[in-house]
Amino acid sequence: MSEFFGQLIAMIVKLVPLFFTFLLTFFPRAVAQGIPLLFGSTGETITEKAGHLNLGIPGIMYVGGISGVIGAFLYEQQLRAGAPVNGFLVIFIPLMSCILGSLFMGLIYSVLTITFRANQNVAGLALTTFGIGFGNFFGGSLIKLTGSEVPSIALTTTTQYFSKKLPFADKLGWFGDIFLSYSFLAYLAVIAAFFATWVIRKTRIGLNLRAVGENPATADAAGINVNRYKYLATGLGSIIAGLGGLYYVMDYANGVWSNDAFGDRGWLAIALVIFTVWRPNLSVFASILFGGLYILYLYIPTGMNLSMKELYKMIPYVVTLIVLIISSIKKKRENQPPEGLGLPYFREER
Amino acid sequence: MNHKHVPLFHIAKRKSLPWYRAWAIRGIAILAALIIDAILTTIVTGLNPFAVYASIFKGSFGTVRKFWVLLQNIAILLCISIAVTPAYRMRFWNIGGEGQVLMGALGCALTMILLGDKLPNALLIPLLFLISVLCGAIWGLIPAIFKAKWNTNETLFTLMMNYVATQLVAYFIIVFEVPKGAGQIGIINQSSEAGWLPMVFGSRYFLNILIVAVLTVLIFVYMRYSKHGYEISVVGESERTARYVGIKVGKVIIRTMLLSGALCGVAGFLLVSGTNHTITTSIAGGRGFTAVMVSWLAKFNPFAMVLTSFLIVFMERGASEISSNFGLNASFADIITGIILFFVIACEFFINYELITRRKAARITAGISAEAGKEAANE
Repeated sequence: MSEFFGQLIAMIVKLVPLFFTFLLTFFPRAVAQGIPLLFGSTGETITEKAGHLNLGIPGIMYVGGISGVIGAFLYEQQLRAGAPVNGFLVIFIPLMSCILGSLFMGLIYSVLTITFRANQNVAGLALTTFGIGFGNFFGGSLIKLTGSEVPSIALTTTTQYFSKKLPFADKLGWFGDIFLSYSFLAYLAVIAAFFATWVIRKTRIGLNLRAVGENPATADAAGINVNRYKYLATGLGSIIAGLGGLYYVMDYANGVWSNDAFGDRGWLAIALVIFTVWRPNLSVFASILFGGLYILYLYIPTGMNLSMKELYKMIPYVVTLIVLIISSIKKKRENQPPEGLGLPYFREER
Repeated sequence: MNHKHVPLFHIAKRKSLPWYRAWAIRGIAILAALIIDAILTTIVTGLNPFAVYASIFKGSFGTVRKFWVLLQNIAILLCISIAVTPAYRMRFWNIGGEGQVLMGALGCALTMILLGDKLPNALLIPLLFLISVLCGAIWGLIPAIFKAKWNTNETLFTLMMNYVATQLVAYFIIVFEVPKGAGQIGIINQSSEAGWLPMVFGSRYFLNILIVAVLTVLIFVYMRYSKHGYEISVVGESERTARYVGIKVGKVIIRTMLLSGALCGVAGFLLVSGTNHTITTSIAGGRGFTAVMVSWLAKFNPFAMVLTSFLIVFMERGASEISSNFGLNASFADIITGIILFFVIACEFFINYELITRRKAARITAGISAEAGKEAANE
């Protein structure tokens, strides 16, 4: 008997480091997958807190990515012409292009749904159609349109700056690998998520925002400028979501844009909002979990049976469905969507 | 000094607008969108916008074949649009059309593969139709049950179901791939044409178009004149009212989503048996989402959807013509369509509301007081 336990313990002792090395490679990849989702879900949560279900987020993330690419591409064209690399501009130009592009998309959505009181689902879906088309069009035609002579969009200089790790990442062993081996946008995503939670839950602005999303008529009566909050929330939400697209191209994809590569991550980000019951701070962990689920199929051994891999790719969606169902059955009050989500507000009609 | 603040204009809900004025507003919006599109095309590509619009027109009407493709594409989009309509009328935001179509297509394709050489076409084709309808209906039923029972958010539920369906299709494609390792199924029953919808009047697409035309009329009648249709609109207007007058809301939700999913299944059948004779994960091609806009823009009227789906397909065909003629990326279509959609969505505001300027408001007030004066004089 004791021999059996001895063997068991020996096996566990052998397995622990194996598991640990697996985690060391798996975890950073899960994080890299999760960061775009984290940006997207933080942005969408802020928007939804103002009562707007923005189904345009997938499109906005495409536009955020491609805007950054356009900015970086034009700047790298300059570099090719012989200009020296300016460490500030190489970050600033793509970042600003991304922010402006995403903000513009957010404005289209806001004007349609807030000022023109259009149906949010329809406006959002139209925005996604437009955004994905915009991304793929410029992704596919940028080289031709600018008349440059490069074979494909590969932003080598920009990606070097965007994927820089923290300074001590390589010197601190496993700790560095797990916590420090990411680029500044990844940390920005985490900070943005925690900051958004703090603002929503602890500040007056957050209180007003929640009031607008729960019951705009009451908020209006209390003297809150409903439309201003809605505009700010959708605009800010779009910018944050757009950064997810930028992170994806510049860091995850190493500065290479390929059409449709971003895939359905935008929709997954919207699902994540429900998954985290409208709390961006939870989303930090949930997005890493989702990122892990998203690539889990690569690690499940299936041998020659490739078809099973396709079934494993279902996991993140099935998990979301289960969470959606459980949270709707439990009906905890603090876990419900904002009361006014999806409804237009028109003062004269209350 | 007048201290009272009068805004430059204020917004009021219109009582009603004659249909021709509503359509005139929509026409103006589309025209404005086309102008913006033309300007954008010229800026981006440096092409003459009139040449571009000529190509767009040629994309749909250039040859007889292109015209048939146009009609066929309208038929499929229209089929999915009338499918999502009953659910939308009920304010059940089904954006799972994509998945329901895929499941219908999957059922159809698998049956074609497995029973293709065992049954004569006269039996096989009706069976394919039934199986597609059943698969689509099941995919629509699942979210409906949860919505009816626990009020689970249907927008996200149906969205996730799309991806589950996509992966199921991907799984079966690999199981039945021809040849092994190709990652695709290829044309099913190419030599025997078993399970293919027959050609009528020399056209592959005629039957597809006929089936969708009949369905469109049926759904119009169902929505407008049947008791079910009435119940759907009551639930859509107000669930509380519906409950008060004794409508079983859960039952209506489940019944309507069964219908919605079944019609999407028909679209899947038309895509596999009537058009492509194969299945891919992108066979629905985003139409499940486009259908949402087609249906909403047509104000849930199946006949108006013929127009709105024509508009969208016409622009898509045209833009793919531009991209092949001028060497642009095919996604240009989505940009152009997107801009048209934005304008049409925005113009609904001007149909439902009117802007009353300060001067007009003053005139109305003056008119009322003048009339009041007249009445006083008469008495």
